[in-house]
Amino acid sequence: MKAIMISGRTLAQGAGCECKMSPDFLKAVSVCHLSREDYSSLGLSEGKNVLLKNDFGQAVLTPKVDAGLRQGMVFIPMGPWANVLVGPDTGGCGTPHFKGVEVDVDATDAPVRNIRDLFRGLWRATA
Amino acid sequence: MIVEDAICSFCGCLCDDINVEVEESKIKRVKHACRLGSSKILGHSRIKAPMIRRDGELMEVSYQEAYDRAAEILLHAQKPLLYGWASTVCEAQKKGILLAEEVGGVLDSTATVCHGPSVIGIEEKGLPGATLGQVKNRADTIVFWGCNPAEAHPRHSLRYSSNVCGRFTPEGREGRKIIVVDVRETRTSKNADETVIIQPGTDYEVISALRMLVVGKGDVVPDEVGGVPKAELDGLAKMLLAARFGTVFFGLGITHSRGRYKNIDNALSLVAELNSHTKFVIMPMRGHYNVGGIGQALAWSSGFPMSVDFTRNAPYFNPGETAACDLLAKADTDAALIIAADAASNFPRAAVKALAKIPVIQIDPYENPTTLIAEVVIPSAIAGIEVAGTAYRMDGLALRMRKLVDTSYPSDEEILSHILESVRRMRAGEGA
Repeated sequence: MKAIMISGRTLAQGAGCECKMSPDFLKAVSVCHLSREDYSSLGLSEGKNVLLKNDFGQAVLTPKVDAGLRQGMVFIPMGPWANVLVGPDTGGCGTPHFKGVEVDVDATDAPVRNIRDLFRGLWRATA
Repeated sequence: MIVEDAICSFCGCLCDDINVEVEESKIKRVKHACRLGSSKILGHSRIKAPMIRRDGELMEVSYQEAYDRAAEILLHAQKPLLYGWASTVCEAQKKGILLAEEVGGVLDSTATVCHGPSVIGIEEKGLPGATLGQVKNRADTIVFWGCNPAEAHPRHSLRYSSNVCGRFTPEGREGRKIIVVDVRETRTSKNADETVIIQPGTDYEVISALRMLVVGKGDVVPDEVGGVPKAELDGLAKMLLAARFGTVFFGLGITHSRGRYKNIDNALSLVAELNSHTKFVIMPMRGHYNVGGIGQALAWSSGFPMSVDFTRNAPYFNPGETAACDLLAKADTDAALIIAADAASNFPRAAVKALAKIPVIQIDPYENPTTLIAEVVIPSAIAGIEVAGTAYRMDGLALRMRKLVDTSYPSDEEILSHILESVRRMRAGEGA
């Protein structure tokens, strides 16, 4: 499914943002909110995850129904998982496009990576 | 001991009515703060000691060793980036600006991944602003555009905006019209009289349509703009014109989307036009508690509010070139000092990968993803809780943060002073 991704603040993300290495923060931000219609059309159910992919990267997230979203739009709490999908271009003003990002969304059985896994191997990586 | 009317150091609301119960130099209970503020004030596990990475592993060292290694990195870099500054006080920010000047670096704040476009838009147009007190006491119409204070600034509505009773707004929520413009329904929109859902990336077009309707040129507006029927926009324009004192609060929904600073520029024009008919003000919903402060400190010392390049003979500002993400994308920086912010979590992945390739000095109370790519880690006291200092609320009001508890950690200002001393000592040694 093609979708538009927006990232932003949530209460749980804010409450956990000074303890980012904790399981609570992982639970708060490695989540993908979808409309009820998109949740059903992707065949999602308890225990299934979603894989979001675009030219910038890919992330496996826990899906969550959000009645406030329209079909074709997904919301991810701001943080390192959402930013895997954000491109570096700033359009000359210093600020990347953290919202309105085109992504492909599919159901997956792959697990959500924890925060240390997400950054493992990055230090001084040459690739 | 109970500290009354302490200031919360989480978001740009700087709520100043927090009661904090302290026992044996530990915070035991917090009253009046929201979930975000309480979480921060009650505290989390801390980085225990300074560390330097050796053979890929962070090893504990003395503070002096960490200061010296940080100074060495900054001194030997061609163009170090000194980034963050949003969650610390102005006294530390001033010291950081001095350090950036002395080592010839670029100082940038978290505004560039947040309200940077607002800062640029405001520079172009000017800000018809007000204090939050004025909004509380006078505003009868409030628009929340691309922001969700119910989750990002939870007490905003109760202290300053939609639901508070003021001198000329005694009925509080009942006496106000609340409008939410967003791409989705949010907790904030549940409290609105009118919610306008627009298509993502169409803020500029919708604002333009409203401008035309406000100035009586509705005939040029198409039947639908940004997915919103013209009749709905016309109703919204009428609500804005009917205000006696209107306020637009805007957030990252508008700064992070297509159009970015031009969206803000256009919103400022809308507010200017509304002021031909009635009184209207506009205000960015600033996130971190003192991201406004680094803008002020930089402006009064360099003339520019963010992304200031001190590598030339005079301060230089050009966001698409001197902002942190641009520097990293173009490999135009060869070392970084990250303070009071978590760049590794909040930058796009490509920028994080670029950051991980250069030596990173982290100054922060807490371990976070930036720690995982840092070469030097210096744990600090928590500004605004363990250290007193000045912070700027989202409306530009400067407030004095008190120290609530004692700590054995050095403050950001002390750490930066020590690094500066090491830089000067090494430079004198190299010159000798």
